[in-house]
Amino acid sequence: MSLVSITGLSVRLGGNTVLHHVDFTIDRGEIVTIVGPNGSGKSTLLRAIIGALRPTAGRVTHKTGLRIGYVPQKLHIDPTLPMTVRRFLDLPVRVSNAEAVAALDEAGAGALTARQMAGLSGGQFQRVLLARALLGKPDLLILDEATQGLDQPGSAAFYQKIAEVRDHLGCAVLMVSHELHVVMAASDRVVCLNGHICCQGEPEHVASAPEYRALFGTGTGGALALYRHEHSHSHDHGHDHDHTHHDHGEAAE
Amino acid sequence: MTLLDDFLIRAALAGIGLVLAAAPLGCFVVWRRMAYFGDATAHAAILGVALALAFQTSVFGGVLVVSLVMALTVSTLSNRGFAMDTLLGVLAHSALAFGLVAVSFLHGVRVDLMAYLFGDILAVTRADLAVVWGGAALVLVLLWWRWSALLTATLNPDLAHAAGIDPRREQLVLTLALALVVAVAIKVVGALLIAALLIVPAATARAFANTPERMALAAALIGALSVIGGLQASLHYDTPTGPSIVCVAALLFLASSTAQLLLHRRRG
Repeated sequence: MSLVSITGLSVRLGGNTVLHHVDFTIDRGEIVTIVGPNGSGKSTLLRAIIGALRPTAGRVTHKTGLRIGYVPQKLHIDPTLPMTVRRFLDLPVRVSNAEAVAALDEAGAGALTARQMAGLSGGQFQRVLLARALLGKPDLLILDEATQGLDQPGSAAFYQKIAEVRDHLGCAVLMVSHELHVVMAASDRVVCLNGHICCQGEPEHVASAPEYRALFGTGTGGALALYRHEHSHSHDHGHDHDHTHHDHGEAAE
Repeated sequence: MTLLDDFLIRAALAGIGLVLAAAPLGCFVVWRRMAYFGDATAHAAILGVALALAFQTSVFGGVLVVSLVMALTVSTLSNRGFAMDTLLGVLAHSALAFGLVAVSFLHGVRVDLMAYLFGDILAVTRADLAVVWGGAALVLVLLWWRWSALLTATLNPDLAHAAGIDPRREQLVLTLALALVVAVAIKVVGALLIAALLIVPAATARAFANTPERMALAAALIGALSVIGGLQASLHYDTPTGPSIVCVAALLFLASSTAQLLLHRRRG
């Protein structure tokens, strides 16, 4: 049985249909990356999976006893809330010092235990979030734009870490990212999302799929390609999809 | 003659009981930026007093019910994305105004309004003391039981969801605890000053704490100091007791903020 299976999921937020009839499954040990333009419903899909959003239609089914480790897009800690790294790892379940140290080492964030969360650098912060997510021995690790604010070597190292963690713990990984080229190399499966699933499969397959190229362009460097949409992309659906992308206006002009 | 025969001892015990519950709850109020929320709930308490007197039921019960309704209303509306400050301005002050008007309709009963607005800690009876400590114990048990889930939900609602915690349920726990503290506090410091006892000790404690638990403990300690200091000051200078307690708390906040600022400057 799949860890998570989704059938016919639709989500409306504030009057807009963000997700439309999504079918999706993820199995043990897989690394799956969701790519898609801004507003394509990537985070919404993740939030529906963790149960933070109620589907308008369709079902999200977890394997019984599924343990999820979640690394949010960003975590704002109010400055009035004192929080050491060690204390943070105790949320929501207290763990032993040995477990805490092991998780920090696994995430590449050793030696930070006594530091205040508010005083960490972006990369350290994300690693601590990862360590916390690993503590529950998750079957499924979910990362929402986990490398936002990291420089390129930083995020490459972070994804390297994720692959190591998967190999070590055997958990499945589901992540959302903008950094197509980095992420696609590290994934077993790529899902291209734009309100619905446009295409999915192995990274090489998706990268050459017409739907993917329509969204991200034909260039090889995915990140650059984001700025060069082709607008001729059409779907054989009856309903009207908002595929008009905003003009990104190339900054380098 | 026992210890509790002394009205000063009773006053001190009532105040300390209240701050023990208000301190950890106040920390959550500060962390979640719900200061307004305490205000609205407390202002609604006056309406509760009026209704309780009109229906000749216990003031504690009336305040508890009305505070709870107010807290639930605010909490529901805030989840629906209303402009919070405006909404609270409307709700809090209307509740206070309707409460004051309602009190004026009560013929036959002479209501000492000042006692409900600012409390009358020196008139605390043994029965009041039992209510204060009972309510405080209930709040502490509630917070103790939900502590970890509450903290997780406070940090980030999605983080809570992923761990199988429903943040709305935790919000409800806080709402309930808040209504209880307001109901307990109305006799001690009154409707207008309870919000101060929630927030000021917690804000003062921030400077001395590196974990949430230490901040809650420090807040309780600072609250207790304020109660004892305020009682002494009010005896010595013949000032109203409830406001004196809040004044001492405010002075402690000033001292801790200044100390922190100076320390920071020396380091930096």
